[in-house]
Amino acid sequence: MIQEKYKFDTKVQYLKYKVLREVAKLAWEDKLLENVMDIPKMIIPGKIPTMRCCVYKERAILAERVKLAMGGNPENPNVIEVIDIACDECPAAGYEVTTSCRGCLAHRCEDVCPRQAIFIDQNHVAHIDKSKCIECGKCAKICPYSAIANRKRPCQNACKVKAISMDEEQAALIDNEKCIACGACVYQCPFGAIMDKSYILKAIDLLKNNKNQKVYAVVAPSISSQFTYAKLGQVITGLKNLGFHTVIEAALGADMVAQAESRELAEKGFLTSSCCPAFVSYIKSAFPELTEHISHNLSPMATIAKYIKETTENSKVIFIGPCTAKKSEAQLENVKPWIDTVLTFEELQALFDSRDINLTVLEEDVLDNASYFGRIFARSGGLSDAVSQGLKEQNLTDFELLACTCDGIEECRAALMKKKRNILNANFIEGMACTGGCIGGAGCLTHGEKNKAQVDAYGKEAMEKTISDSVSVLHIVKK
Amino acid sequence: MIFIEICVGSSCHLKGSEKIIHLFQTAIAEHKLENDVILSGSFCIGKCNQIGVTVQIDEDIFTGVTPEHFREFFEQNVLSRINKEI
Repeated sequence: MIQEKYKFDTKVQYLKYKVLREVAKLAWEDKLLENVMDIPKMIIPGKIPTMRCCVYKERAILAERVKLAMGGNPENPNVIEVIDIACDECPAAGYEVTTSCRGCLAHRCEDVCPRQAIFIDQNHVAHIDKSKCIECGKCAKICPYSAIANRKRPCQNACKVKAISMDEEQAALIDNEKCIACGACVYQCPFGAIMDKSYILKAIDLLKNNKNQKVYAVVAPSISSQFTYAKLGQVITGLKNLGFHTVIEAALGADMVAQAESRELAEKGFLTSSCCPAFVSYIKSAFPELTEHISHNLSPMATIAKYIKETTENSKVIFIGPCTAKKSEAQLENVKPWIDTVLTFEELQALFDSRDINLTVLEEDVLDNASYFGRIFARSGGLSDAVSQGLKEQNLTDFELLACTCDGIEECRAALMKKKRNILNANFIEGMACTGGCIGGAGCLTHGEKNKAQVDAYGKEAMEKTISDSVSVLHIVKK
Repeated sequence: MIFIEICVGSSCHLKGSEKIIHLFQTAIAEHKLENDVILSGSFCIGKCNQIGVTVQIDEDIFTGVTPEHFREFFEQNVLSRINKEI
C-alpha cells in the first residue's frame, strides 16, 4: 500500500485515487449502486481519525469525493467543483503583521499606508486596521524585517484568473463565468477541497461494451513523463488490457494542427493558438474582443478524434491526458461529436489498479503515429516550434514567424493585454495555461523537473522526423 | 470491386506501412486497377505481428506483408480476386 503512494505528488491525490479506484472496481463488477455507500468506510475503517477531527467527518468528505468520482453535480456546468465541507476555511485575511515585527522606531509602514490603516501600540508594534486596509501591499514591501505577510488562500493564490472568492460560510466559491477549468486550484488546495469531476464511469461503460464498438484511446504526449515506474510500451499494453481497441497519439492530431495552423497564420497574419482549452476559454471570458484571432483549428485532441470517427465506423474515442480543462472542451458543441469522454492520468492509474493491471510485468507494446514536432506540443514552446516547422515544410517562407510563447496563464494575460493595446511585437501567441505547458497539468500523477527533458527525449524517438511525413499516412486512411 | 485496408496503427507503422501503401499505389496504377480497388487505411486492424504489415482484403486479414514478398502477395491475393470477379 505504501508503495502506491509514491506514484503521486501528494497525499490528496492519493486519496482521490483510492476513491476513483474503488468506484471503478465496483463499476466493472456492476455492483456500484448497491455498494456505493460503503466506499467511505472501506477507505477509512476504524474509529481513529487520520486527517480531520473525527472519522465521521472524514467519511462525509469521502462520500462527496465518491459523488465527484461518479460525475459530480449535474446541475453545475463547471467540471471543477468545491467540496464545501472539505474546505478548511483557511485564513484569507490578506495583509497581517506577524510576530517578526520588532517594534522599530522608523515605522515606514505607517508612513507609506495611503489609508492610515496602520496603528502602533505602546510597544511600538504595528497593527493593521482591517476596516481601513485596501490590501495594496505597500507596507509589506517597505518593512525592512519582512514582518508583514500577505495571507492568501492557496486556492486563491493558484487561481490567476481570480475566479475564486469566499461564500458566506468562508468556504471557497468558484465563479463559473471566470473559471477556465485549468485545475490549478485542484492541485494546489492542501485539503483537497476542490476536485475535478470524473467521467470514469462513462469510460468503463464504453469499454465494457467493446465487443460492439471499437474504443480508441487517444493519449496526450505528456504521457511520456508519467507512469515513470513502468515503460511507455507497458502502459500501451495496459490500455489494451483494459479493453481499448488501440492507442493513438494525440500528437498526430498536433501534427495535423501544426500544418493547418501555419497555413492559417500565413493567411491571416495574426493568431492565438487553440490547443489549450483553458487559454481559449480565458480569451473568450476575459478578452472577448480578441476572440476573432483564435485559430479556427480544433485542438489536437479533437482533430485526431474527428479523423478517427470519420474514417472508422462504430468507433468511440476516449482522450487521456494531464488536463482538467479538456473535460470542459469535450462538452463544447463542436467537440462533443468526436470525443466520448476524457480521463486524466490520475484516473487512468485508478482504472489500471481497479483491474489489478500491474504495468511493470506486462510486455511492451509500441506507440508511434506522430512526428517529433507533434510530440513536443506537451511542453511550453513546442507548439511555436511546430508552427515554424509547418511554415518551412509548406514553403511559406515569405511569412516571418514572431512567436510569443506564454508559459502559464499570467504570461498569457500579459501578452493578451499587450495585443489589446496593439503593442505586442509578435504575430502568434502560443498560450498554455499551465506553467511548463501540458506537463504541468493538474491531472498529472507527478510534476517533476525532469518532465520536459522526458518529453523532448520521447519526441526524438519518433520514427517520423517531419510533420509532412507523419501526416502523409492520413491521406490513405481517408476513404 | 475489392476493398483493401492497410493497417497504419503504431505497430505496423513502425514496420513500414507507408512503404506498403506506396507499393500498393504503384501496383494498382501499373495494372490500371483504379476502378476495381478501393485502397484505404485503418488505425490498427488488431493483428499486430512480429514482422511486416497487416492488410485486410475484403473480409480476409493477412499479417506479415513485407516489401520483399509484395509482388507475390499482390498477384495471389489481389490480381487473382479481380480476375475471378471479372
